[in-house]
Amino acid sequence: MNGSEGRDPYDPREPGGPRDGQGPGGPQGPGSGGPSRSGGRPRIPSPRTAAEDNGPLPDAPPPAAPGVRTDAAETADAADADAPADTTGPDTTGPDAATPAPPPHRVLKSLLGAWALAACSAEETAAVETHLTDCAACADEALRLRDAVGLLHPADPLDLDPLLRSRVLEGCLGRRPARIPVPGWTAPYDAETAKLDALLSDMGEAEWRAPVRLRWFEGERPAERRTTVAGVIGHLMAVDGLVATALGLGDPLGAAAPHGPAGPTDRTEACWQAMADGRSPHATRGPWRDQSHTLIRTVSFAGRGVAELPVPYGDVRLPMRDSLLDRAFECWVHAGDIAEAVDYPYEPPVAGHLHQMVDLAARLLPAVLAGRRRAGLATPPRRLVEAGAPGRTLHLEVEGAGGGHWYIALDSPGALGTPDRTVAHIALDSIEFCQLAAGHVPPQEAVAGQHGEQDAIRDVLFATASLSRL
Amino acid sequence: MGHDAPPRWDRRMQQRLARGEAAALGELYDRFASLVHSLARRVLGDETAADRITREVFGYIWENPDSYDPKQGSLRSWVAQLAHRQSVHRLRQAGAASALDRGADAPGPAETERQIREASTAARADYIVTSMPAPLRAALELAYFQRRDYRQTAADLGVTEDEARRRLRLGLQLLSTAHNHRTLPPAPPAEPPPRGPGYGRQL
Repeated sequence: MNGSEGRDPYDPREPGGPRDGQGPGGPQGPGSGGPSRSGGRPRIPSPRTAAEDNGPLPDAPPPAAPGVRTDAAETADAADADAPADTTGPDTTGPDAATPAPPPHRVLKSLLGAWALAACSAEETAAVETHLTDCAACADEALRLRDAVGLLHPADPLDLDPLLRSRVLEGCLGRRPARIPVPGWTAPYDAETAKLDALLSDMGEAEWRAPVRLRWFEGERPAERRTTVAGVIGHLMAVDGLVATALGLGDPLGAAAPHGPAGPTDRTEACWQAMADGRSPHATRGPWRDQSHTLIRTVSFAGRGVAELPVPYGDVRLPMRDSLLDRAFECWVHAGDIAEAVDYPYEPPVAGHLHQMVDLAARLLPAVLAGRRRAGLATPPRRLVEAGAPGRTLHLEVEGAGGGHWYIALDSPGALGTPDRTVAHIALDSIEFCQLAAGHVPPQEAVAGQHGEQDAIRDVLFATASLSRL
Repeated sequence: MGHDAPPRWDRRMQQRLARGEAAALGELYDRFASLVHSLARRVLGDETAADRITREVFGYIWENPDSYDPKQGSLRSWVAQLAHRQSVHRLRQAGAASALDRGADAPGPAETERQIREASTAARADYIVTSMPAPLRAALELAYFQRRDYRQTAADLGVTEDEARRRLRLGLQLLSTAHNHRTLPPAPPAEPPPRGPGYGRQL
């Protein structure tokens, strides 16, 4: 690790080069940078003007009693210049009370970083610059540090193209096929979690605490909860935990998990309760991300049958494959909530993934319609249809990226939706449809084009909105 | 985040990659893609070229996970070296190509080398800043980007003025090592012959 040769400049564990200068072996002992070397040395100009908002200038130094060493001497303001007698020879030679002696070499050396950054007072700057004409060692370091300042620049906003990820991974797998591949149906979840994580990586502490409004649709009307960015990540983690526990993995909520089976809402409340203990908001990112990585890894090792493994999801069960697709959808929707809260741009899923998400919603709709009918929230069926037989159908036409045509059976979940039996037709954009399914758009306002039975249209739009939840 | 992966994480990742786990490849990308891409962009100054370097570097790692030697340093530092070398290689190729195209108008070899040196230094500086201990980085950010003097920096960080000066100086000392070209990048003596173009090249 600390070999003297071949030091690795790319290894942060080896700061190496810089000596702290506090050690006993420092070359800048008294007199070492003596006047003999100062001749002809160019005066080193300041790198930039000093900050204008300096605090009050230090008072004139009080006459220090020899031998009295105070903490103030350690902090080494210019004002404390003539404190300890043990530091230097030449620097303590100024008995003239009217002109304060320059600060000792040790203090001036400690100021070099601040000087190079123009982050010390005018007096200190002047004292350092005077010193540099006399002290070769400090002058060398000053040049080096000033050059280093030139290497600082604002970090580029790191907006990696989210599509680059899949291109890079595909390229890799083309060069060397995976022995343990990731099942294709995890791709939307993989992509959306990676995209959200990239958004989080740029966030500062304040942004983690930014308020976020979570909206969904409940029964007949919109609902909302307020939380923070950290709370949203906790929510995603808590609900992903349903998938994790179905796979036999540990519950991310640990001891905070609700007793007995609990759905997304209860688990989210439990998570927020635990977070209210005031942990650092950053603290949710690691566990959330680790869990999403672990989920993908686990299903890639689990064999083919895992795609159909049921995941209990509150009052419904979804097979693992759909469950991760649903989680991908939620991840995107909530990443959008976060992005909106912190005013970042955010891209929707790629067309192929959007298509799968729309498809999942379309497949869930007949059962949701039936549930709403039982609850008295949708119009009763016109007539009973045998399972597997064609029934009255709504033609859902989704336009734009990931779009397509879906035929929703209106009479019962067992009926077959078919173009021949279409009684209503609605058309809307894929993003708009997803916003509707997320509960972000009121069903009454969602559609671009519609014709046919008004009741059927209304029922399907409300059922789509009610796919959303906290 | 992601700078302080313990050596155990590095070794485990290497094993998983060697085993051909696609999930590990995704995790590797998530941890290091922005490092690779920003290094490449710093050297080459071009988004598309940086995308390409990113593909090449991850392709190389995926095909050659065993060429990482944990004894030589962290996985992160190794990935950075690969990105750096490959980017410099591309820059040099581009210089040679433009020399062919433009004949006498092209920048001379010395000019090309100077550009390469500057780009390399800038890339190393970026790496050093993102990899240095967080307290040093925080002090530099306050003093440089927010133009706080060292007393204000000390107050902001809740440390003594002495400590603030120490951090600013140490941070700049670390940063100044970006100029050390001779030792960069170190070539492990036992490095296996690289398959991808350019990885075996010295600066």
